[in-house]
Amino acid sequence: MRKNLNVIAAYSIMMGLIILVGIFQSWNIALSIFNLCLISAVMTMGANIQWGYAGLINFGIMGYTALGGLAAVLISVNPVQEAWSAGGLNILLSLFLIIGMVLAVRYVLKKYEKSKNRTYAIATIIILGIIIIRFVSEPGIEAIEEVDPAKTGFLGGFGLPIIFSWIVGALFAGGLAFVIGKVALGLRADYLAIATLLISEIVIAIIKHEDWLTRGVKNVIGLKRPAPYEVNLQQTDWFINLVEKFNSSKLNLISDFAERQAALNQFVIEGSSVFVKLCYSGLFLIVVIILLILTQKALYSPWGRMMRAIRDNEEAANAMGKNVVKQHLLIFVLGSAIVGIAGAMLVTQDGLFTPGSYRPMRYTFLIWVMVIVGGSGNNFGAILGGFVVWFLWIESAPIGLYLVNLTTAGLDDAHFLKVHLIESVPYFRFLMMGAGLLLIMRYRPKGILPEKIEIK
Amino acid sequence: MDFLNAIILLLNYIFVPALAYGSQLALGAIFVTLIYGILRFANFATGDMMSFGTMFTILFTWYFQSVGIGLGFLPTALIAIPFAIIFMIGYMLLIDKFVFKYYRVNKSPPVQLAMVSIGVMFVTQAVVRIIIGPSDRRFFDGEKFLIKASEFKDMTGLNEGLAIKSTQVITILVTIVLVSTLFWFLNKTKTGKSMRAYSDNEDLALLSGIDPKKIVMITWIIAGILATIGGALYGLDKSFKPFTYFNNMLPIFAAAIVGGIGNPFGAFLGGYVIAFSEILLTYAYKKFFMYVLPESMEPDGLVQLLSTDYKFAVSFSILVIVLLYRPSGIFKGKVL
Repeated sequence: MRKNLNVIAAYSIMMGLIILVGIFQSWNIALSIFNLCLISAVMTMGANIQWGYAGLINFGIMGYTALGGLAAVLISVNPVQEAWSAGGLNILLSLFLIIGMVLAVRYVLKKYEKSKNRTYAIATIIILGIIIIRFVSEPGIEAIEEVDPAKTGFLGGFGLPIIFSWIVGALFAGGLAFVIGKVALGLRADYLAIATLLISEIVIAIIKHEDWLTRGVKNVIGLKRPAPYEVNLQQTDWFINLVEKFNSSKLNLISDFAERQAALNQFVIEGSSVFVKLCYSGLFLIVVIILLILTQKALYSPWGRMMRAIRDNEEAANAMGKNVVKQHLLIFVLGSAIVGIAGAMLVTQDGLFTPGSYRPMRYTFLIWVMVIVGGSGNNFGAILGGFVVWFLWIESAPIGLYLVNLTTAGLDDAHFLKVHLIESVPYFRFLMMGAGLLLIMRYRPKGILPEKIEIK
Repeated sequence: MDFLNAIILLLNYIFVPALAYGSQLALGAIFVTLIYGILRFANFATGDMMSFGTMFTILFTWYFQSVGIGLGFLPTALIAIPFAIIFMIGYMLLIDKFVFKYYRVNKSPPVQLAMVSIGVMFVTQAVVRIIIGPSDRRFFDGEKFLIKASEFKDMTGLNEGLAIKSTQVITILVTIVLVSTLFWFLNKTKTGKSMRAYSDNEDLALLSGIDPKKIVMITWIIAGILATIGGALYGLDKSFKPFTYFNNMLPIFAAAIVGGIGNPFGAFLGGYVIAFSEILLTYAYKKFFMYVLPESMEPDGLVQLLSTDYKFAVSFSILVIVLLYRPSGIFKGKVL
């Protein structure tokens, strides 16, 4: 118990801060911060598995997040029958062509020795394949995008409950990670960072511009929800009774019946959105706890010991007969799959998929700040990092405003410097993140909750 | 005649813009590669450092414009750049003293330095946005075109016009001057040679009496000059927006790696490789074929290999291919 004291203290302070937001701002804001903290925590766990356990640097987090989001769309949206009949055949044909192309390349790779001719043959197969696929898919894509472009204009999905997408998102992200890992894992660390960053940009470019699949920048809105809708809740009896019970002391103060009814309505409206957010919190919490148990078990298992051995001394681990390349690939896929789950969760919570919003600053670098600040190699640290950094990311604007007001208190309200500073308050979050990261890296390089491995 | 038209078309839409864009990328790529070769880390703050330098250029341009100093038909920014460079070098040396020096002295692994540069990226981005704001700014003044499309048509009697923007000419000229001075400095002077020696083998360089502090300082000074000029030229040619500059970091990285990281000449050529392939692959060739082919064979579609949306993706794909087949870059940089 004693040795975990700092963990418990850190988490209680964090929860206390969120509760303070609930009391002083509103419970709605507090819960939306809490939910995003949980999603960030899942992402940091994924990044932490790669960086903390195995020392692999992955700057492609944004790509996996977006793929998770894409999974949410493809699973939950109802299929667009017209689009399928208009161009589905062409798309399926292109899919088979792509598979055929990959198989052909694999065949050439296996059958022939490495030579110049083989390289040319592979290049010819790929170029010819791309040209044929373009000819096959183009009419299909055009037909699909013409089907009611204001509402659909894409193939739609499978119409399944959105919860399934959390698993499918993990599969998508893991699949992409497998391909990237095969290509890039042999590179040196900072090279790998650049390569993954650029590949994730390619993924985003595809998601943004392949309208037949994702609607692109037209966004997909009104996705299914695993939680009840606020409007329905406001009309159910048990919910109204529940809200009445919760607020009975306040309601009893009002004697007039009509006023009491109006107040109750207000409470029900507020309560319904809090209730929905609580539902999400519950779902997310379950995911975080399951992942935490699994990752903790893995960390203390022989496999975890092997990963640390590989991280700390690759050559030695290799000499002991561990297959470093295979283990790196495995952990790259696992970590990315977890990030994929987070991506699907994020879209589930928002109820919409906006490819334009995936930016490296928010979805790659911020997650890295979380991992470094929280403590790489320590799951509790990584989760705490997700909480602390997301909390600061949201609350830095009010804090910045307060600081600006404090330091420029002597100035006139219309003074140009004060006006300018107040306008630029939203950018204080970048300053805080950067300064925080630099300070942590200098004075506490292992993070708030450093990695602690005890032999059991 | 048709053939001439086709050539002018390609010159106007591909060659001239790609040359200007490539020069801007090349300056950034040399910046990345110098930091990588001598300070030994991938600098993720590249784009934001360039926007920082450009910000000073804009501030000085505004000042000169308000005082009434100008260069006539040339943009005022050209006199602002030297002053911006001085501030930029100050900023670079300050960052080095308070941030990077600690890790260099402790011999931290390059990954840690890269992480630190992400911290610098966040801070620089915040400072730029707080001082000048995130909006799109144009600070070009003076004569916009060297040759206008309509003038060219009148002059030659061709159907296709060739428009050359003065910013494009300025970009290319400045790049040629700057890069040739830099290569002269690196290859002929004593300091430049000691920089290359330090980049090649740190321990040997120290043994032969090269002062590492001086090398690092000169590297930051050159980096400051390159970042400011590269950023300012891009801003003059297009426009200044902090977010675009952050994004430009990616093709710049691609150029540096394609050319062979740690090799300034490779980075210089890498910039053009990236720029030309981006524009060549996303240009719609329909009009070109209309001139070249007989009427019966005219193409129906746009004859565009890739839609312009994939502009960035092209450079990244080239990078992936280079990584697969020649991890040390086309022009043999450091083997990674």
